[in-house]
Amino acid sequence: MKLIIAIIKPFKLDDVREALTDVGVSGMTVSEVKGFGRQKGQTEIYRGAEYSTNMVPKIKIEIVCATDLAPRVVEAIQAAANTGAIGDGKIFVLDVGEAVRIRTGETDQNAL
Amino acid sequence: MKHGMKIAAALVGTGLFAAPAFAQAAAAPPPAINAGDTAWMMTSSLLVLLMIVPGLALFYGGLVRTKNMLSVMTQVGAVAALAMIVWIMWGYTMAFGDGGNAFVSGFGKAFLSGVTAVSVSGTIPEYVFVCFQMTFAAITIALVLGSVVERIKFSAVMVFALIWLTIVYFPIAHMVWASGGLFFKAGALDYAGGTVVHINSGVSALVACIILGKRIGYPHDYMAPHSLTMTGIGTGLLWVGWFGFNAGSALAANGAAGLAMINTFVATAAGGLVWMLVERVSGHKGSALGFCSGLIAGLVAVTPAAGNSSPFGAVVLGAVAAVVCFLAVSKLKPKLGYDDALDTFGVHGIGGMVGAIGTAFVNYAAFGGPGNGGKSLGAQLGVQIEAVLTTIVWAAIGTVVAIYIAKAVTGLRISPEGEREGLDLADHGERAYNY
Repeated sequence: MKLIIAIIKPFKLDDVREALTDVGVSGMTVSEVKGFGRQKGQTEIYRGAEYSTNMVPKIKIEIVCATDLAPRVVEAIQAAANTGAIGDGKIFVLDVGEAVRIRTGETDQNAL
Repeated sequence: MKHGMKIAAALVGTGLFAAPAFAQAAAAPPPAINAGDTAWMMTSSLLVLLMIVPGLALFYGGLVRTKNMLSVMTQVGAVAALAMIVWIMWGYTMAFGDGGNAFVSGFGKAFLSGVTAVSVSGTIPEYVFVCFQMTFAAITIALVLGSVVERIKFSAVMVFALIWLTIVYFPIAHMVWASGGLFFKAGALDYAGGTVVHINSGVSALVACIILGKRIGYPHDYMAPHSLTMTGIGTGLLWVGWFGFNAGSALAANGAAGLAMINTFVATAAGGLVWMLVERVSGHKGSALGFCSGLIAGLVAVTPAAGNSSPFGAVVLGAVAAVVCFLAVSKLKPKLGYDDALDTFGVHGIGGMVGAIGTAFVNYAAFGGPGNGGKSLGAQLGVQIEAVLTTIVWAAIGTVVAIYIAKAVTGLRISPEGEREGLDLADHGERAYNY
């Protein structure tokens, strides 16, 4: 099993979710996050008080899937979240040791 | 009854020379209650209350960080409530009682002694006049708090308010509006309280925030307003309520009130647009907070001029106030380094001074004004500046006294832990938002 973590632009979430449904992903966890990479932050000014915010709002998606499905998931996210502009985000793929479905106690592949 | 006549005469002097009907009514004994005037003054009193809660509470509340929202709303509401109670105990008599001198009236009307349902002030019941003036005291002390929020203790706010109202607000209200008052006798033009309310609160706010010290992390930490939506709603309520404040200061439903009303529309409109324009010229984006700030600057500046200016004079006054206040909050404040958290000095203090001094110009007949003052431009300007300077000195000294008394009694400032945690939890044991 693989854990796929994708950081994407917030407005791309719906496109990514649709693309993932098409490749057969049956669930995901989404969080609103902030961070920085190459994309510059913004400057806010309130009555002359200037605040530079380095942190840019992003969406983090976490998906656990079967190892053989992982390449297609990565591909689908990469295609759907791409705008060609700086700040499109990143995808990380990690190995997962164990999974349990809380309701039934099923484990690993059956728990996904 | 006689007292009522005196107040009416005093108000004619503050800027109603252009209202002959009112002057005649004031001169013709015995004074009778006018139903239209009374209805308008009762409405005006409530409009000024609308400026405080929820107007100012939301305007100020939106500008602070999430963790201090409730403390700001509570402080604004609580000092307004305290002012109302103190007003009927000794405030009204100190400002508008019989006798006294140029600085304060006699104490004969303490606890509203002698005022009854048949007492008349001008053409309205004296109780209505007491209520109307009560709301002015309430909003002025609430305005002062804008500079000290996010770090002053609630208990300190209450002690400060009690002393400040007594030694600063009541005497200055007397000086400006009572017939025996210092500025009134000198012929200063202050239609609705530019000196009493705005210069007074602005200067007091500056002195108070300097003594109190900066917020932890100012100016480096991120302290952006937590909800400009609420600030926008508060601004709208302030603008609407301000018609009670300015047009109500005619103390009658008449032509002078109409003039004050139109001026309160157009000076404000000019202020809001010009502030945004100045932002663009300075290389920034025209901002929502800039628009709100400009509206308030326009309102503040037109307050002393409301019944003393032509509508176009009011537009110019609002525009000039927006430019000067913008420079005060975005250039002067960072340069001098004081932490006037919500810019009470920058907008109310500076805007009030622009208004008080500008009133001499917009009132001048050769500039299209009604010429209520009956003085040459230079002479009127001298009187206006004298009133401004006296207010600055009086407010500054009184605030030093009131703040140090509050410090001795309560310690003044919340603990550093409480400040970091937020005053909502530290002072009130609540959070504004529980998602």
